[in-house]
Amino acid sequence: MELVPNFIFITIVSVAIGFFIRSINQIRHNILLGKPIDRSDNAKARWKNMTRIALGQSKMVSRPIAGILHVVVYIGFILINIELLEIIVDGILGTHRIFAPFLGDFYNFLIASFEVLALLVLISVLVFWSRRNIIRIQRFWKDEMKGWPKLDADLILYFEVVLMSLFLTMNGADLAIQTFYPDASHYIKAGSFPVSQFLLPLFENYSLSSLITIERSSWWMHITGILIFLNYLYYSKHLHILLAFPNTFFANLRAKGAFVNNPNVTNEVKLMLDPNADPYASPDTDEDVEKFGASEVTDLNWVQLLNAYTCTECGRCTSECPANQTGKLLSPRKIMMDTRDRLTEVGNNIKSNKGEFKPDGKQLLGDYISHEEIWACTSCNACVEACPVDIDPLSIIMRMREYLVMEESAAPMDLNNMMSNIENNGAPWPFNQQDRANWTKEI
Amino acid sequence: MIRVPTLAECLASGKTPEILFWVGCAGSFDERAKKITKAFVKLLDNAGVDFAVLGAEESCTGDPAKRSGNEFLFQMQAMTNIEVLNAYEVNKIVTTCPHCFNTLKNEYPELGGNYEVIHHTQLLRDLLEEGRITIVEGSFKGKRITYHDPCYLGRANNVYEAPRELIRKLDAELVEMKSCKSRGLCCGAGGAQMFKEPEKGNKDINIERTEQALETKPDIIAAGCPFCNTMLSDGVKNKEKEDSLPVMDLAEMIATAKDL
Ligand code: SF4
Ligand code: SF4
Repeated sequence: MELVPNFIFITIVSVAIGFFIRSINQIRHNILLGKPIDRSDNAKARWKNMTRIALGQSKMVSRPIAGILHVVVYIGFILINIELLEIIVDGILGTHRIFAPFLGDFYNFLIASFEVLALLVLISVLVFWSRRNIIRIQRFWKDEMKGWPKLDADLILYFEVVLMSLFLTMNGADLAIQTFYPDASHYIKAGSFPVSQFLLPLFENYSLSSLITIERSSWWMHITGILIFLNYLYYSKHLHILLAFPNTFFANLRAKGAFVNNPNVTNEVKLMLDPNADPYASPDTDEDVEKFGASEVTDLNWVQLLNAYTCTECGRCTSECPANQTGKLLSPRKIMMDTRDRLTEVGNNIKSNKGEFKPDGKQLLGDYISHEEIWACTSCNACVEACPVDIDPLSIIMRMREYLVMEESAAPMDLNNMMSNIENNGAPWPFNQQDRANWTKEI
Repeated sequence: MIRVPTLAECLASGKTPEILFWVGCAGSFDERAKKITKAFVKLLDNAGVDFAVLGAEESCTGDPAKRSGNEFLFQMQAMTNIEVLNAYEVNKIVTTCPHCFNTLKNEYPELGGNYEVIHHTQLLRDLLEEGRITIVEGSFKGKRITYHDPCYLGRANNVYEAPRELIRKLDAELVEMKSCKSRGLCCGAGGAQMFKEPEKGNKDINIERTEQALETKPDIIAAGCPFCNTMLSDGVKNKEKEDSLPVMDLAEMIATAKDL
């Protein structure tokens, strides 16, 4: 009988971790539906990027208020998770505060700092919530945020409030037992509670057994809450807490203005320009001809798909976007959200059809992202610059333009005129190339 | 009268100029941008820079085609240009257009075109620092000048300081807009928007940017890109301020300061 809680605990933790691994595998599978792209170069610069941007949060603080609050929640999250280690060991062994005897005073220091952080996290989350729901900062209320994304964002904040409150209640009840019932077995005198000590008056007249009940249920709800949250990630924009790391590692390191040159086009152009070239020497003549650009998630590369899962819907990109600022339909955040939603849909489709995609009459371009959005972009890179986790919505937009022009010939008329001018005159306007140097006669 | 040599002429007389001035389509044909071209050439000439142009052998870099999604046309343009550039053994290129600058610098190497490419504001800064250009009496002294970062110079290539140093060298007061440098707002021309009507919205981007510029109460709006120049000039016209608020390229400002 004694060991029943231990078994329950081990079962809950195993099931939660099992589900979590399944989700991670699904995400991995979906991301790998993308086309290959080599990002194995320059490992040193990549580690540096990741350390600076994901670990060091360097891009977050370009907006100081949100940035600093986010750093608080982030540090709180990481450090309080050290406590999780003890909770898990205690849960498995049926012990209580097992690290305390080993760490002595340092244990008290740790618990004290977790408490302070928990309080700071609570305050930050409160400010975050007000920014969304009272101040109603514009970027949180754009069209693409309606429905689930809005609820998701709030739910995450509520989750954090509940988890932090449970943590503090658990400590408070523990302190009450230690203070009012020093002889209670199992509850050793350990920890230092600078925040939850203020709960002490609340617990003054409680019996030992009610205090134990409060302490235990907080403990159980806290750990189950964390496990539920872990599994909630898969359905949420909150995945960034994990994916920000690989995402910044694999991000583009070249100058932002350097757009990718399509190597298949290079082969074709070389053939056209070199009359002596052997058309059969081209490596991909008998394989099925590569589609130009992207109209579906599977036409994008895996880094672009990783970007989509990493997006935390903060909207910094959209708020810096000149097209969005002037009322155009384009929102770079929506580009990322659409890509993710469609990718999830395609992934689920494949999963439920035994590893094969069953056509569902939809695709990313057209059914999720409209042509109007794609053509409104000025390729200014403001979205890329603004993204705190190095996501590149522009690269997706450019791939879609490539599809529209090269597969569908569906460019706006003005652009077609411009392109035929380049083709015929070597300039985007209808001037004669021979007149290019006329200005030299005017000096 | 300044004689602007072409590379073909140089080759014929056995000369290899130090640097090629890539004029760009706007700089060659657009009436407003041609003024920038001429101002820059006067400065090159004044500083004794050994330069040449391609003349009729120059063709669009392909930037607007690539940004429109026409990768094929872009690469055709690029490879044809690279053939010409490599035949003349060009090593160093300067250009007054950030779009040409970006494309030549970042997108040509993979296709076989490897050159040292600089923007004219960088060259002008170097010439000033080396003392090859001197500004004696600043006709811009004390003027409030706000500088608009072209996306393809700033964010795309991290060139933020060279143009600003030029403004400081003019003894002018540099006033920054609320969004500047890496957070500078686009003028609305990039990504081939220059060549099409904007999508439906509630405002044109160049108007938004012009309003940001006006907030700094400038005497002059400085630009470093022929397309930004057009967009902002249109914005200023829209606000009916074209008589009192000039939009000038940095090359024009320096040429004016030197009375060229
Ligand atoms: S690159 Fe395009 S999507 Fe990104 S901010 Fe600029 S206009 Fe918006
Ligand atoms: S792409 Fe980046 S900046 Fe834009 S919403 Fe997603 S995380 Fe935020």
